[in-house]
Amino acid sequence: MTATKNEIITKLRADLLGWEGFRPVAPEERQSFGLGPIENAFPNQVFPTGALHEFISTRPEFTAAIGGFIAGIIQTLLEKGGVCVWVSYTRRIYPPALKRFGVNPDRIIFIDVAREKDVLWVTEEALKCGGIAAVICETRLLSFMESRRLQLAIEQSQVTGFILRKDVKQLNTTACTARWTVKPLRSKLRPGMPGVGYPRWQVDLLKVKNGQPGSWTLEWKNSAFQHPQTAAIQQPVSDRRYA
Amino acid sequence: MPKRFVSIWFKYLLTDREAIRLKSLRELPVAFTEADHGRMLVMTMNALAEQSGIRPGITVADARVIAPGIQLFEHKPGRNIKLLKGLAEWCLRYTPLVMVDPPDGLLLDVTGCTHLKGGEAGFLKDLTGRLKGLGYTTRPGMADTIGCAWAVARCAESGLIVPPGAQRNALMPLPPASLRLGLDLLIKLRELGFYQVGSFIHLPKSVLKRRFGGNMVLRLYQALGQEAEFLLPLKEPVPYTERLALLEPIRTREVIENTVHGLIDTLCKRLYGEGLGLRSALLTYCRIDGKSGHLTIGTNHPSQRTDHLFKLFALQFDQIAPGLGIELFILDATKTEPASDKQNLLWNGKPGADSEEIAELLDNVGARVGKDHIHRYLPQEHHWPERAAGNTTDLAKSPESEWPEDKIRPVQLLEPPEPIEAMALTPDYAPRQFVYRHERHIIVQADGPERINHEWWIEDGGYRDYYVAEDEEGMRYWLFGTPNDLPGQTRRWFIHGYFP
Repeated sequence: MTATKNEIITKLRADLLGWEGFRPVAPEERQSFGLGPIENAFPNQVFPTGALHEFISTRPEFTAAIGGFIAGIIQTLLEKGGVCVWVSYTRRIYPPALKRFGVNPDRIIFIDVAREKDVLWVTEEALKCGGIAAVICETRLLSFMESRRLQLAIEQSQVTGFILRKDVKQLNTTACTARWTVKPLRSKLRPGMPGVGYPRWQVDLLKVKNGQPGSWTLEWKNSAFQHPQTAAIQQPVSDRRYA
Repeated sequence: MPKRFVSIWFKYLLTDREAIRLKSLRELPVAFTEADHGRMLVMTMNALAEQSGIRPGITVADARVIAPGIQLFEHKPGRNIKLLKGLAEWCLRYTPLVMVDPPDGLLLDVTGCTHLKGGEAGFLKDLTGRLKGLGYTTRPGMADTIGCAWAVARCAESGLIVPPGAQRNALMPLPPASLRLGLDLLIKLRELGFYQVGSFIHLPKSVLKRRFGGNMVLRLYQALGQEAEFLLPLKEPVPYTERLALLEPIRTREVIENTVHGLIDTLCKRLYGEGLGLRSALLTYCRIDGKSGHLTIGTNHPSQRTDHLFKLFALQFDQIAPGLGIELFILDATKTEPASDKQNLLWNGKPGADSEEIAELLDNVGARVGKDHIHRYLPQEHHWPERAAGNTTDLAKSPESEWPEDKIRPVQLLEPPEPIEAMALTPDYAPRQFVYRHERHIIVQADGPERINHEWWIEDGGYRDYYVAEDEEGMRYWLFGTPNDLPGQTRRWFIHGYFP
C-alpha cells in the first residue's frame, strides 16, 4: 500500500514539475555546467535551462562576481551556438574581461537602453526569440507580474534568462525558478605564495523551485568552476607581502 | 503611350496664402510689394485689387490712391518657391511626378493617372476643386506637352484640356506670351504685329531662328511637341512603391492597421517575386485636411516578411495623428537589397535557431529604443583599457584578431575611473588601504603593477600602474596610480573596476 502511495506521489511530483515548466531531460541531452554539487540542488539534478534565474546584488563588487558567474554558465550555453543578449540601462560590464570566463565577447549583443522601463520590454522581446542562447537583464525593479510575463515568454521559447538585480533594497516575490546571490570570497593561493589568486565566490541559492537551497564555495580556475576542498580560508601571512 | 501633362497656375499664390492665414483679407484688396531702385512697387495682388485697377509694377503711393483700403505686405524673396514646394508635395497624391514651376506654377506628369479620378475632365475638376477648398484660385491646363499645358493654363479662354495631338490648333489663338518667352522678344513680336501665335507658327524654322533667335524656336517647338522637354520631379520616384487611396477617409487604429498591413503585404509579394528584401521604408499618410505625415523603418537585413515589417511600423502607430481622417497611404521602399533565402550570420550555429529571428528582434528593439543603443564589441589591438573593445553595429562582422586572454581585466569597469584616497607605504607597491565612497578597504593581497602606457600616437599622457587588490572581505578591485617619478608630481590613485 505504502509502495503504491509513494509511486503516486513520485508521479505527481514529476507531473507538477512538467506543469511548472521543468522539462524532463533526456540523459543524452543532459548538459553539465560544471557546477558539481550545485546541480544536485535542482530538480532532476540538472541546472535548469529555459528558466528564469534571479541574481541579487547589493554592491557593485557583488555585481562583478555575479557577472563572472553568469559568464561561466553562458560559456556552456554558447557551446551549441547562438548569441547572448545583455540588456541594461546602466551597464558597466567590460566586454574583454568575459574572455577569461570562456565567453567570446563578440557573441554578446549589448542593448543599452536609456530608460529603465525599456529594460524589461527589451528583455521580454529577447526572451521570445528562440534563436538566442541566453538573455541577461540588468535591472533594479522586478515585480511579480513582470516576472510572470518573462516566465511565460520563456515557456514558449526555452531561452535561459538571467535577471541581475542591482541595488535591491527589498526582496519581493517573483516567479523566477531560482534566486541566487554570489559574493566574492578571499582568494587563496598555495600557502606562502603572495598575490591574488583565482576568483572565488560564495554562491548562495536562496530559493529554488522544487529544489534544495544551499550555499557553496566556488572557484574559477582553468576555464571551469572548481570546488575548493578546504572550506576555511587561510589567514594571510603576518608580514603582508605584495607582488 | 503619349504623355499627358498638367500645368497649374496659381494666379494669386501669395495673396491667397495670406487670405488663408487671415480670413478677413478675403474681402479686402491685398497686394505684395517689393523695393526696386529705392521705390516700393506692387509685385502681385489679389483679384479685388486687380479689379480696382492695380497692376504689377505701379508704385505703392499710386496703389493707395487707386484702392484706399488696400492691405500691403512686403514680399520675402523665395516665399513663393517655398509655398509651391509645399503644394507640390500635396499634389503627390495625384501623381508621383510633380515639378515646381517658378514663379507661380506646378507641373504634373499625369500620364496614366487620370482614370483614377474619372477621366481627364474629372481629374482637373477634382484637382482644382480641392485646391479651391484649400483657398487657392488656380487655372489648370492639360496637354501632350509641358509648353502647351503651360500656355493653355495661363492664356486660353476655354478649352483647358487639349486633346492628344491638337497642340497646334490650341496654340493658334493664344498670344505670344503663352510661349514662355522673354520680355524683349515679346515687345519685338508686338512691334511686328504678331498678336497671336497663329500669325507666325507657319513660318519656316530657319526664318524664325534668324529673326528671333534659337530660344524662341525651341520654346515653340517644345510646345508643339517637336522638341523634347523633361520634367524634373520634386521627388525621385522610388521603383518600389505602393499606394492606396481610400474612398472613405479612415481614422480608427484598427482600420489603419489593416490598411497598412495590406499595403506591406502587396509590396512584400512584389519584392519576393523579384528576389529583393526591404532595408528601409517610408510610409506617408495624407489626411483630408491636406496635412501629411511620415513613418520610417529600417531593418538589419533584407526582409520580405509582412508580419515583421508590419510590427516595425506598428511600434510607431502612436505617432499617427489621423485628424479628420486619412485618405491616402503611400509606402515607398527607399532601400532594397537582394535577399538570399538563407541568411548566414556569424553565429548561426545553434540547431533550429535562425539568425533572421535575431535580426528581426534587433529591428524591433532598434525601432523602440533607438538603433544606436545596440552594441556589439570586437577586439581592438590597443592596450589602453578604454580602447581594447571596439564598438560595431555590423552584426555579421567577425573579429579580426583574437580576444587577449593573457591579461586579467575586471568584469565591471568604471567609466571614467574614480579618484580614491589611498595610502601606500613604499612608492612602487600597491596601497595598504584606500577610501572609496566613504568606505575604508584594507588591502591584504595585491598583484602588480602592470604598467600601461598611453598610446602616444593617439593621445599624450602619463602611464598608469595597475594593481589587482583584494581587501579583507575578499572584494577585488582594479586600482591604478598615476606616475610618481616625474618631478613635481605626486601619485594620485584611482579605482577603475571590480573583479569577480
